[in-house]
Amino acid sequence: MKGAPMQKSVQKSVNLRSFLTASWLGWQIESNWTDPFLFATYSTIKPVAGAAILVLMYSIVTQGNFDSPVFAYLYLGNAFYQYVPAVLTGVSWTIIDDREHYRTLKYIYTAPVNIPFYLFGRAVAKFIVGTFGVVITIAAGVLFLNVPLDWSRVDWPLFLVALFLGVLMLALSGLILAGITLMTARHSYYIGDVVAGGLFLFTGAIFPLEVLPNWLRPIGYLLPITYWLELIRRSLVGAVAEAFPTFTALSNGDLLLILAASSLVFGIASIFIFRYCDHQARERGLIDQTTNY
Amino acid sequence: MSLFPPIEKKRSGWQLFLMTVVGRSYPRVVGMQRERSWMFFDVFLPLLSVAAYVFVYRAIGAPEDYVGFVVVGGAMTAFWMNVLWSMSSQLYWEKEQGNLALYIISPAPMMAILLGMAVGGLFATLLRAIAIIAVGSLIFNVTYAVSSFWQLIAVFSLSMVALYGLGMMSASIFLLLSREAWHLANLAMEPVYLVSGMYFPVKNLGFWAAAAASVIPLTLGLDAMRQLVFASGPTLGFLSVETEIGILVILSVTFVTAARYLLAYVERLAVREGRLTENRR
Repeated sequence: MKGAPMQKSVQKSVNLRSFLTASWLGWQIESNWTDPFLFATYSTIKPVAGAAILVLMYSIVTQGNFDSPVFAYLYLGNAFYQYVPAVLTGVSWTIIDDREHYRTLKYIYTAPVNIPFYLFGRAVAKFIVGTFGVVITIAAGVLFLNVPLDWSRVDWPLFLVALFLGVLMLALSGLILAGITLMTARHSYYIGDVVAGGLFLFTGAIFPLEVLPNWLRPIGYLLPITYWLELIRRSLVGAVAEAFPTFTALSNGDLLLILAASSLVFGIASIFIFRYCDHQARERGLIDQTTNY
Repeated sequence: MSLFPPIEKKRSGWQLFLMTVVGRSYPRVVGMQRERSWMFFDVFLPLLSVAAYVFVYRAIGAPEDYVGFVVVGGAMTAFWMNVLWSMSSQLYWEKEQGNLALYIISPAPMMAILLGMAVGGLFATLLRAIAIIAVGSLIFNVTYAVSSFWQLIAVFSLSMVALYGLGMMSASIFLLLSREAWHLANLAMEPVYLVSGMYFPVKNLGFWAAAAASVIPLTLGLDAMRQLVFASGPTLGFLSVETEIGILVILSVTFVTAARYLLAYVERLAVREGRLTENRR
């Protein structure tokens, strides 16, 4: 019975149990509304259509010059940006879903569950669906659009570390949004969309930051996602990323340090902000509010 | 002593129809204006996407008219969002909240309820679309060269009739759906932005793809509007404006008529299968 001790340790750890159970629950909610084929189709059409809009816009203006570094820059940035709304809303939307839709948030609160870990777990399903989208978008780019991705030249350690730190940072940012969502009623639907939309504009996901007006660029430099996307591009297609002047003064190590430090700051901030919002929500009796919005 | 005054004159026929339209459009127009923050987000959210696509065009050195294409397209996305989330999915939401059964047992015709949702939604969204165009045009210095105001008004009006007719039609189909309604509505965003040429001239999809996409009224409406308001519009148009107006007339009649028959059919089906009050969260 090799699995028994492990099962015991999982049961003992409230955090791990909360995370794993919520992951399973999130996956069921996300996927069991239809058959696997329709679910797979649904999961791929949206990201592919989103990427196709950009490809067509680019193709119309440049007469299909897909060999330009600009194309690889915007294509890869757009592909990996799919993680941002997926993880941000994955964590924060759970509050709405459980409080307003399923009306189970109060029961979750009364159960022996670590709420932040529960929220992270619920985001796992959206992360997995987002990963489908990223993989399919990149595969389409490599196969049909000459995105210069040479698998043998990919800096895998850098890619994996950057991806892990980035997803962690996004999950912690999602916790901040979840805290705000706990305290709000009618505006909560917009929070994830507004934040993801705003970050899309300011993080240089689909165009270099130099294109933004001077007074808007500092916002991009303050956001960890900007550095995360740059690291992802450098790890996958180093030469392409170096063609743009935004971060040429910074080495991969510098970028990684900035990303790690900002993730730490976000992590600490998210814990305090969520605790504060959670306390306020309990004080005001908002945990089980339903507004029918 | 009764809480409500007695109804002295009961309305029926066209008067009831009209009262229902007004009654259902009221919360759309007045209710939405009461939550000011929603107005801000409704304008601000599409503007974020518009700005992102404008900067992409600027990054790749596109002609300035393309910036205007994006601004107008961004404004039109507000209508699609309204049709998708506040028309198509509406009967599903009503079912979820338990209002649908009340609609069915009241003497108000369902077609009037749908029409009221459409009229109210159209008016409320029009205000937002105007705000998006005004703010977007100011921020990005878009210049317009309107060639015919009358044609522009005709194209916009017909696009809206056809679009909200499509919304009314799909609302009846959504009536049969359960949890998948939300997912399907969510799915019909980016793919529709793609095929209807929200951010680029639809002509670039190729003739047959653009022709197939023309079943979505926004495709031809947007294409005709761009031809009418931008200097380079006519050279980038899919079909002539007159042809597009003709097709929009056909789409308007088809969708509104189909909505009427489909609603009656689906309502009967839903009653027979007991789906009007089902709630499979």
